[in-house]
Amino acid sequence: MDRITEHPVLQPEERRTVNFTFDGRSCEAFEGEMISSALYANGIKVFSRHKKDGAPQGVFCANGQCAQCSVIADGLPVKSCVTPVRGGMRVETMSGAPRLPSAAPVRGFGGAEELEVDALVVGGGPSGLAAAAELGKLNVKTLVIDDKHALGGKLLLQTHKFFGSVEDCYAGTRGIDIAAKLEEQLKEYPSVEVWTGATCLAVFSDRKVGVLRGSRYVLVRPKAFISATGAREKSLSFPGNTLPGVYGAGAFQTLVNRDMVRPAKKLFIVGGGNVGLIAAYHALQAGIQVAGLIEAQAECGGYKVHKDKIRRLGVPIYTRHTIVRADGREGVESVTIAGVDERFRVQPGTEKTFKADTLLVAVGLNPVNEFHAQALEAGLEAFICGDAEEIAEASAAMFSGKITAHKVLKALGVMAAPVPQFWFDRLEVLKSRPGATEPEPELELPNKVYPVLHCRQEIPCNPCVTVCPKKSIKLSGDSIMTTPRFSGDCIGCYKCLIVCPGLAVTIVDYRKDPANPTVALPFEIGRGLVKKGDRVRLAGREGADLGEAEVLDVKDFKAENTMIVVVKAAPAVADKAVSIRLYEEEAGKKAAADLAKADDETIICRCERVSLGEIRRQIRAGVRDLNQLKAVTRAGMGACGSKTCSALLLGVFRSEGIDPAEVTELTRRPLFVEAPLGVFSGARGAGEKEEEVRWSGF
Amino acid sequence: MSKTKYDAIIIGAGSVGVPLAMSLAERGLKALVLDKEASPGQGQNKCAIGGIRATHSDGSKIKAGLRSIEIFSTWKRKHGDDIGWIRGGYLFPVYTENDERVLKELLRVQKGFGLDIDWISPERVKELVPGIAEKDLRGGTYSPGDGSASPLLSVNAFYRRAVKLGAEFRFRETVTGIIVQGGAAAGVRTTGGEYWARFVVNAAGADAAAVSSLAGVEVPVNPDCHEAGVTEPAERFFDPMVVDIRPGEKSKNYYFYQNHEGPVIFCLTPQPPVWGHDRRSTSDFLPEVSRRMVSLFPALANLKVRRTWRGLYPMTPDGFPVVDFPETLKGYVLAVGMCGQGFMLGPGLGEALAAHMAGAAGEDDKAILAGFGLGRSFSGQEKLK
Repeated sequence: MDRITEHPVLQPEERRTVNFTFDGRSCEAFEGEMISSALYANGIKVFSRHKKDGAPQGVFCANGQCAQCSVIADGLPVKSCVTPVRGGMRVETMSGAPRLPSAAPVRGFGGAEELEVDALVVGGGPSGLAAAAELGKLNVKTLVIDDKHALGGKLLLQTHKFFGSVEDCYAGTRGIDIAAKLEEQLKEYPSVEVWTGATCLAVFSDRKVGVLRGSRYVLVRPKAFISATGAREKSLSFPGNTLPGVYGAGAFQTLVNRDMVRPAKKLFIVGGGNVGLIAAYHALQAGIQVAGLIEAQAECGGYKVHKDKIRRLGVPIYTRHTIVRADGREGVESVTIAGVDERFRVQPGTEKTFKADTLLVAVGLNPVNEFHAQALEAGLEAFICGDAEEIAEASAAMFSGKITAHKVLKALGVMAAPVPQFWFDRLEVLKSRPGATEPEPELELPNKVYPVLHCRQEIPCNPCVTVCPKKSIKLSGDSIMTTPRFSGDCIGCYKCLIVCPGLAVTIVDYRKDPANPTVALPFEIGRGLVKKGDRVRLAGREGADLGEAEVLDVKDFKAENTMIVVVKAAPAVADKAVSIRLYEEEAGKKAAADLAKADDETIICRCERVSLGEIRRQIRAGVRDLNQLKAVTRAGMGACGSKTCSALLLGVFRSEGIDPAEVTELTRRPLFVEAPLGVFSGARGAGEKEEEVRWSGF
Repeated sequence: MSKTKYDAIIIGAGSVGVPLAMSLAERGLKALVLDKEASPGQGQNKCAIGGIRATHSDGSKIKAGLRSIEIFSTWKRKHGDDIGWIRGGYLFPVYTENDERVLKELLRVQKGFGLDIDWISPERVKELVPGIAEKDLRGGTYSPGDGSASPLLSVNAFYRRAVKLGAEFRFRETVTGIIVQGGAAAGVRTTGGEYWARFVVNAAGADAAAVSSLAGVEVPVNPDCHEAGVTEPAERFFDPMVVDIRPGEKSKNYYFYQNHEGPVIFCLTPQPPVWGHDRRSTSDFLPEVSRRMVSLFPALANLKVRRTWRGLYPMTPDGFPVVDFPETLKGYVLAVGMCGQGFMLGPGLGEALAAHMAGAAGEDDKAILAGFGLGRSFSGQEKLK
């Protein structure tokens, strides 16, 4: 079984197991887990064969948005990533168009329920929950809906500690723990109702919002509509881009951190933003090797502390590199990259091929803002916050939720006071991109014990300042963006080390042995990997090999889920060591990539499997309207509703030298996700239980 | 802008304008098609669900329908591109005594025109749509020669052929005036320039009345809306277009079929009618159509709805199109008021109109236009809108 049983942060729960079959083969699953994760846990990665060309398909979004992971479950085509396994379930590969399942006799119609609320918040992630709490404080009748079975949105997938400020947004706390806190906080407000497993399907012109709640259809009539719908990952076009095993970092984190399955043995990552860097770290924590990470720009766009963290553990980062192709028969087997020049053109002869079974695409996010547009069009009081409004960190999302709630209150006439200006200022800081990287400061360290702050890039973060009991860590400027400095007393309490989200604080201690200091290093990779008495290799801030050292102690701070490894270091390296190096870098094999059929091997619309070659031919024939392109090629006509390909399509026009301003955008129509026809009239099956079975997994 | 004089300027690159341009080009006439949208079929054509029938209730429409079916059904063989044509037939299942009487009366008219349509038994209905509700099923009318095609693929196929044969298209240009010289329509003014022609054809679909007022000719065309949807694809499980003419709580008839790619496409006629140009989806549609379709054909309950939309039916008072050369303005041609049947009538009407414009109208071409004059009383009622 490809399950994660040991994890430095997450504890696998004891869960009941059930049996199901896949194409007749007997498999085991945890009760209630999604079919997709259960299949992965059983080593099955090909779920369906596309009706156009029989291409293998598997998990892609793991988020209920596409239909790449469709399987036949007990005779019904379902999205396996949002359909729980039941004991005895018969799961089969979906080959081509599914056969219409014979229906249970319909016994009656419940109709669509209607519900009136003051505020409807779509999305129970950081911004939505923060907004709902503010509304709850003033007793506004609020409904929060989220399509997942637990609140928190993407926070639930984040095992790392967050940046930002402690007072505004739980900095230094892990994402999963922040989700729990936000959820707990909502319980204090009886006017706030929460529906999980409830998907917004459309905002209609008559100002009613269609919500699919489990197997029931509800029309909600809100006075104010708040889109806290987050973001979706951008996709990339390259030959082999739809092989099973190519997917977004979000899907990966869902499999690994939510469902605790190990979807890969060896991973390659495209994209050096925070999402890609963090995904690499999460992979290492889950015991998955990371063969490399590429970034097309000269420098990774993510926080330097995230980048340094994975460099120290031995993950090679190739900047100014691009993905050339992914190869494999039934899934990814190898990945080929190449260097690019300043105009992102591949430099021939620089190709390198790596063996990898999974390729994560983490090349940025696009806001999910279509409900907001629909709500505005319908004439609703419409608001938008978090990533749906502007892509930024979760810390900023929470703050923007709070601010948005106050705009809502004003619109509802609940509170006349304006939103204080400093909130907006604070939000701007939290949304900041990383700033300058400062040079190494001169260390004046008269103390016998002191923290070394390996944090040299300006980012909005201050937990170390907040936790120091001696107030010896201060920011070097007025803004939370400035880097922290240590001066004064240190008692060696480890608080700054434990709280630092960047794992960028060490404690050097000469108290016991003035000639041979000890260095306490933060460590979040598997328990038991490092033991007292081990000889380990030390890594400098950016991964430099600092030689061997002996482990004196491993302290496990269970409450914080953080380990500290204390090593004996030579004074020359004591201030420089930041981590233990775990892996040796793997050099790729030099190989020329075969790009003869690249345009046909690159899929732009993955639902309908429309290739880059087909799109180019239409563009060259004069097509300038994405709606016409859709009509003649089916690009954008599939299950996902062009969520993945619409941005890629514009990219193809650009690559053909056509100004996107000349291109007419796709007209977006409901529904947001597919839902069975029967639910809209509340069609009831033979029995209540039967009904649940039938309608599960839209 | 060029002083080229065209044989015809067609306002509207939709279900009617595009096949008309193709038919004119086939006759060697030079057509310019203007549309405010960015590509062909972006008005109501893409809202059509794709049904194509000849089984109407009057001679003109029946003839135009037969002509269209000939074009759709032979397209792939003649021109190579797949437009999704399926000869699945039209089925009107009947559950009430009154509907049986109305449809059987109509049958007599339809058979009188030589149409291949007949009353079929409940057993035969169940064979055609396995799983259809049996309670009170009395049988139905079935016309096996009717069918369906993809409006999206068809309009683009017609467009490509029209262009290949010399027709010109200008998109993203809105018509701002119709130029009248010496008492005759002589050209068109748009946001992009002026164009001159012997004929100016109004094929502006839902905008027909506004466009016609630019020529000073009033046409009684007002759009009402219908909502439609498409499901995920499934393996083929029934062939005909199923039309349920019973009234619902908030609707008149509705109809659905499984198209060439496997999804079920469905459309509902709201009752009371909703007039105007609004094309935003309403919350009434899905609950109403779901209840009706699932009652009639319970297996559909499981099929997932993928997308919904709302399209306009450019209605005339009597439910018949206006296809005419109005006497009040020479050179001005009306091909409007298709009442939601522009897609199925367009190619047939296009051929007939082109023949008239080329001065080569045969008996059949004359018979097609005969029922669609602007001067008629509009007091009758189409029985099978």
